[in-house]
Amino acid sequence: MAGYDHIDSPKEVDYYVDDKGNYYKLHNGVDIINVTKQFETKDGMVQALNPVSLHIRDKEFVAILGTSGCGKSTLLRMIGGFDQPTTGSVMFHKKEIHRPSAYIGMVFQSYTLFPWLNVHDNIAFGLRQLKKHTPSEINDIVHEYTELVGLKGFEKKYPKNLSGGMKQRVAIARALATDPSVLLLDEPFGALDMQTREVMQELLLNVWQRSPKTIVMVTHDIDEAILLADRVVVMTSRPGNIKEIIDVNLERPRNWKIRNTEEFLKYRERCSELIRQESMKLIQTAS
Amino acid sequence: MESMAIVANKKRVNEEVNVIQESQKRKYLSDAFTPKGTIKSRSYITISVVSFLLIFLVWWYECNLGGVNSMFLPSVASTFESAKHMFLKENFLFDIWMSVQRVLLGFAISAVVGIPLGLLIGTYAPVAAFLEPLFSFFRYLPASAFIQLFILWIGIGESSKVAIIIVGSLAQIILMVATNVRNVSISLVEVSYTLGVTRGSVFWKVLLPKCMPDIVDTLRMVLGWAWTYIIVAEMVGASEGVGFMITQAGRQFMISKIFVGIITIGIIGLALDMMCMFFKKILFPWNED
Repeated sequence: MAGYDHIDSPKEVDYYVDDKGNYYKLHNGVDIINVTKQFETKDGMVQALNPVSLHIRDKEFVAILGTSGCGKSTLLRMIGGFDQPTTGSVMFHKKEIHRPSAYIGMVFQSYTLFPWLNVHDNIAFGLRQLKKHTPSEINDIVHEYTELVGLKGFEKKYPKNLSGGMKQRVAIARALATDPSVLLLDEPFGALDMQTREVMQELLLNVWQRSPKTIVMVTHDIDEAILLADRVVVMTSRPGNIKEIIDVNLERPRNWKIRNTEEFLKYRERCSELIRQESMKLIQTAS
Repeated sequence: MESMAIVANKKRVNEEVNVIQESQKRKYLSDAFTPKGTIKSRSYITISVVSFLLIFLVWWYECNLGGVNSMFLPSVASTFESAKHMFLKENFLFDIWMSVQRVLLGFAISAVVGIPLGLLIGTYAPVAAFLEPLFSFFRYLPASAFIQLFILWIGIGESSKVAIIIVGSLAQIILMVATNVRNVSISLVEVSYTLGVTRGSVFWKVLLPKCMPDIVDTLRMVLGWAWTYIIVAEMVGASEGVGFMITQAGRQFMISKIFVGIITIGIIGLALDMMCMFFKKILFPWNED
């Protein structure tokens, strides 16, 4: 389960030194060190993210919760290597992430299945790229993940014939099949209806509890964050910053029933309170 | 008494059924006129046939009852007569064959050159900067303006006719294919990077397969435009072809022959279009629209 080597990344280092000469000790897992992000727009530079520092441990499930436009997706994209921080650094296993690669998987909110490939070939896509397995091994792995996400019997279907929930299940299976070290989820169930979303949350919960891996999930669904995550990172509204990190000490393995426990409700209340404060701020600055 | 009650009941049921059917009909009509709504394919075919029939009817009416001079508008009957004569006595099929050959050859050359260039423009920004403004300029040059130049440069043989078709279609293919590539969503590209696709191979693994059906659509449209250039192309020293025939008939004031030529061009154009659509359906069963 070591994941993939980043062949073309710089050498592994134990300390990160910023331009002011400050040293930061690095850990295993994802290290986000004083990361900021500015965007250039017509009206000048916009600060999307104030300095954010966070250490995501190996095999930890972290949910990033925030109002829309708070920069949570921007942060996720920087962990994925899709965007580069304006200042600061994102490191994984003590190496800088500077471009997307197969050791960090991603599931987007928008449907990103390859429409010309059927379900089986979509899931097999990454495995065939990486050339680490024989065709028969690939078949076995694809079968395993097809079954895991409950899509047995749909292998030959093209994405156009699948519902939104099924498409996201294929996307999750495809991302997991290559066994990435980190899985990034950018509001993966955001486009689904309420009932489907709950089924999908439970599916993800079961998958993760069976074989834990580092997952960072961006969401604005409070219940989803608490149900799934070990830690919930609540962001402030723009410019984004970490408002509070909540350790979710709910017993594992969890299932949907814990939504109704008193503990869960306490977490929900706390998160709602924090999010509400930020939403109010947004409304006040807008008026 | 009892049977009367049954009859009355039946009548009432029938009336109700009628009312329901009537309201469903009305509902179907109002649904049909929803913006961006759809209709049954049978209705589609029926309505489209009606539009052709309507044109025929107007044509027939104007000639026979509308009192339009046959100098300006040939009658339906005389047009059919001309067509019969042309196909049987004047070997019009050969004209058609020559025209189709010229257009397809010019179009094929445009496609072979244009598709790779369009793909490069759509994929790589520096190539776009280098070629796109240039071809955006070429796109607006009227093919007919090149007749004299091509005669001067390459004479009046087949190649100058093919060249006119290329002028009419090459820039369009390049620019539209570039747009086809650009329309591939960036998320699809990004997700492929997380699955081991490299920057060097993303073009073959993602961009090209995704935009293939759109390229076929582009080719279909440009083929239609290229086909309309046949008249211009055959102004360059041709001695056969549909375009040539129309020009000749115009000089001799044989209006019904012009009509046959125009209708032939239309029918062949429509047939090419339907062929492209058919191939697209067969080749890309996964396509989302």
